Amino acid sequence: MADALESDAAAPGGMNRRRFLTWVVASPTLMIAARLGLDVPEAAAAEAPVTEAQTPLSLYIAIQLDGRVVTTLPRTEMGQGITTAVAMLVAEELDVALDSVDVRSADADPRWLIQLTGLSSTMRYLAGPLRSAAAEARARIVTAAALRLRALAFTLTTANGEVHAPDGRRVGYGELAEDAAHVLLPAVSSQPKPPSEYTVVGRPTGRIDALDIVTGAARYALDLDVPGALPAVVARPPTLRGTVQSFNDAVARAMPGVVGVVPLASGVAVVAQTFAQAFAARDALQVSWTAGPASTLSDVDIRARLRDAIGPRPLPPLLTTRTVEGRFDFPYLAHATMETQSCVARVQGTQAEVWLGAQDPKYAQREVARALGWDLAPQRVTVHVVRAGGGFGRRFFNQVAVEAALVSRAIGRPVKLMWSRNDDMRHGHFRPASHHRILAHLGLGGSLLGWNHRAAIPTVELPHGFGDVLTALAGEVLPNVTSAVFFALSQRLHYRFGLVGHELREVAIPIPTASFRSVFTSQVGVANEVFVDQLARELQVDPVALRRSRLTSSRLKAVLEKVVSEGQWGRALPPGVAQGVAVLEEWESAIAHLIEVDVTGGTPRVLRVVIAADVGLPINPKGIEAQLQGAAVDAMSTTLSAGLHIDAGAVREGSFADYRWLRMKHVPSDIQVHLVRSDDRVGGVGELGYPSAAAALANAIARATGTMPTRFPILDEGV
Amino acid sequence: MVAHQFILNGQSVTVETPADLPLLWVLRDVLGVTGPKYGCGVGVCGACTSHLDGEAFRPCIHPVGSTAGREVMTIEGLGAQGLHPVQQAWVTEDVAQCGFCQPGQIMAAVALLRKNSHPSDADIDAAMSENVCRCGTYVRIRAAIKRAALLLRSGAGVNGG
Ligand code: FES
Ligand code: FES
Repeated sequence: MADALESDAAAPGGMNRRRFLTWVVASPTLMIAARLGLDVPEAAAAEAPVTEAQTPLSLYIAIQLDGRVVTTLPRTEMGQGITTAVAMLVAEELDVALDSVDVRSADADPRWLIQLTGLSSTMRYLAGPLRSAAAEARARIVTAAALRLRALAFTLTTANGEVHAPDGRRVGYGELAEDAAHVLLPAVSSQPKPPSEYTVVGRPTGRIDALDIVTGAARYALDLDVPGALPAVVARPPTLRGTVQSFNDAVARAMPGVVGVVPLASGVAVVAQTFAQAFAARDALQVSWTAGPASTLSDVDIRARLRDAIGPRPLPPLLTTRTVEGRFDFPYLAHATMETQSCVARVQGTQAEVWLGAQDPKYAQREVARALGWDLAPQRVTVHVVRAGGGFGRRFFNQVAVEAALVSRAIGRPVKLMWSRNDDMRHGHFRPASHHRILAHLGLGGSLLGWNHRAAIPTVELPHGFGDVLTALAGEVLPNVTSAVFFALSQRLHYRFGLVGHELREVAIPIPTASFRSVFTSQVGVANEVFVDQLARELQVDPVALRRSRLTSSRLKAVLEKVVSEGQWGRALPPGVAQGVAVLEEWESAIAHLIEVDVTGGTPRVLRVVIAADVGLPINPKGIEAQLQGAAVDAMSTTLSAGLHIDAGAVREGSFADYRWLRMKHVPSDIQVHLVRSDDRVGGVGELGYPSAAAALANAIARATGTMPTRFPILDEGV
Repeated sequence: MVAHQFILNGQSVTVETPADLPLLWVLRDVLGVTGPKYGCGVGVCGACTSHLDGEAFRPCIHPVGSTAGREVMTIEGLGAQGLHPVQQAWVTEDVAQCGFCQPGQIMAAVALLRKNSHPSDADIDAAMSENVCRCGTYVRIRAAIKRAALLLRSGAGVNGG
């Protein structure tokens, strides 16, 4: 299967100057593969034939005989709407109806160049290869049609999945799918369209899976019909990473419906005919536990360790006359995805299959293989990637799949293993707590000479694939991406504040951690923007005026002006009601929030949220709006009321009853999103909307109450 | 182990299970009806919300024994004769993100609108605040409920209970 690679270095409109290749995959109907890669030689690649089976790739687009277009991606839909945005790009370039495009998540496979869903990278990374692959497919379809119709290829047009000849004859893509697979050289351009010609991309579009969701037909892992799969739950220790010392399952085994009891490193699993019976038997197990490694730590200890790690102040810059200090504390956070950790597994002999809503399926494959003793043969484990009920960084970790595989092997039957809500809240990987010290060094006449932000954060566990993603996005090969490297790469301050320094003090605390809708920015970026307001108070200037005069980014200035005008910054408000603003630029996107809050009741009430975002080319404005509204609710929840407490190595909160995520009655009916478009780059969206929403809310509360919040969540009584 | 008979989405079903088995697991594990989701199992998140004799209820804390002879409707039954106006409004407003909470949200909204054809914001707050949406789709849920109320008042295809 030697297929010629074609170089497609030039992308339209400067949207994506990265290099990617497209090529035809040997297949009965037309199938185009594409990849983005740094190792793609810029010019010479076109001549080098590559064995298709070895070639790393980013995606496939296949045209079927029935005319449907199937796009296969190494990405996971978790609610962020990527399948819809991908279908839109494909429909646009191929000139097919949106509802004739299917988007599928690929099984784990080492051939996928990057198989990781996170870092707001999906559209930034895949938009270019997708457009190229779809445009390549269209060119070959048109070429096949020219031969079929005996017409000149350049006279043909395409619309709605058909090729039209000037004389009115038309032929559907499905009918051409076989011929197109054998086209040697396209007779028309395979360049993607310029964005000015877009009719699908950029139009607010509802999700392609909306009907499945509202009818209950959408299938998550535990809804799949894997024949004979039995419910399984796990009795877990009271403390994080505690272990089983001994257990007695005599009572549990005799209970109705119980099929088996399986000891694991993480607890004791019970398999039964129904989940209710599995839970009942789990509760009847008698287990003695060995306390986990964090069992001597509670919130006060963790806070003290983080504070201690900050260390003495560095010397201020010369001519400093005054230094202003801000200190901030952030709590551990659970991702609390609506669908708890869930996995279906079938292990038979030397083969395993798991169905998992994984954010890093290749990592899941390796972890399951290792658990089964197949370190050297991970390909024995098939990971089917399924729709996930929320991710936010939690689904990079695959303990649930390891547990399901081990239990399936032990009982010799397929199992569907589910974490209870308590398990999910108390045994997850958490956004770490943190302590921050920001120093602003002032000189004569209110000049700003320096800004030093030191953050003490427990080490964040990053999955293996982050390095690959960053390498692909940054355009240069990065060293091993540790959390320190990630911190250095991601934390920027877009202000003229003199000498700016961000320093990470990593603290070893044996509590499992993960990224959380951004890695460090959910803390560092929030603290920065809250302290910018404090600085404005110190300098006795309006916070918007300070930002206007000090921001270095024109994109940030533009989104700031947008919320200032749309949100009527400075309008007259009754006492106890105030506005706050904040901005953030990250992942090639810029955003500003303006939030109005009322503090006259017992608890702050958000009245209105106005968001302006510049994400470059907005592929699906409706999806972007949804992501930004959702991130604003995350930010409001965790700024006001949701945070975890650690008591002697155990997580106190166990459900949405005490982990106080906002509800309908807390959320304003108005969360406006305005899009500002500075260019046609594709910027990240998924994580963008959190940090400045949290900071704008804190700033509004500071302006309404006269006191800057320094500890989050604000409504927490303290540790 | 006893036989329990009830009406599920318009059809009579009989299951043999212990009487105290929560209905959610009878639906999901015995009958393969997977629209109602597990989000907490203790009645605090709303992911399993369905209808019992036309009222919103939480199958995760409702024993199968107490449904004998009664009518249970899940999200699957709501759209059985074409999309219900609430489902239509959910599609138009593009409410769902991950979608996991949405069967429960929709069933709660249908129950609200059955009692109150013109819900105010305060009515929506009161009826919908026990259904968590971790993805934060509340703004669109509210808009969809108002849209559905309009559709229902204008008499657009009311069916499915
Ligand atoms: S699962 Fe029934 S209310 Fe949460
Ligand atoms: S849409 Fe994801 S929890 Fe509501």
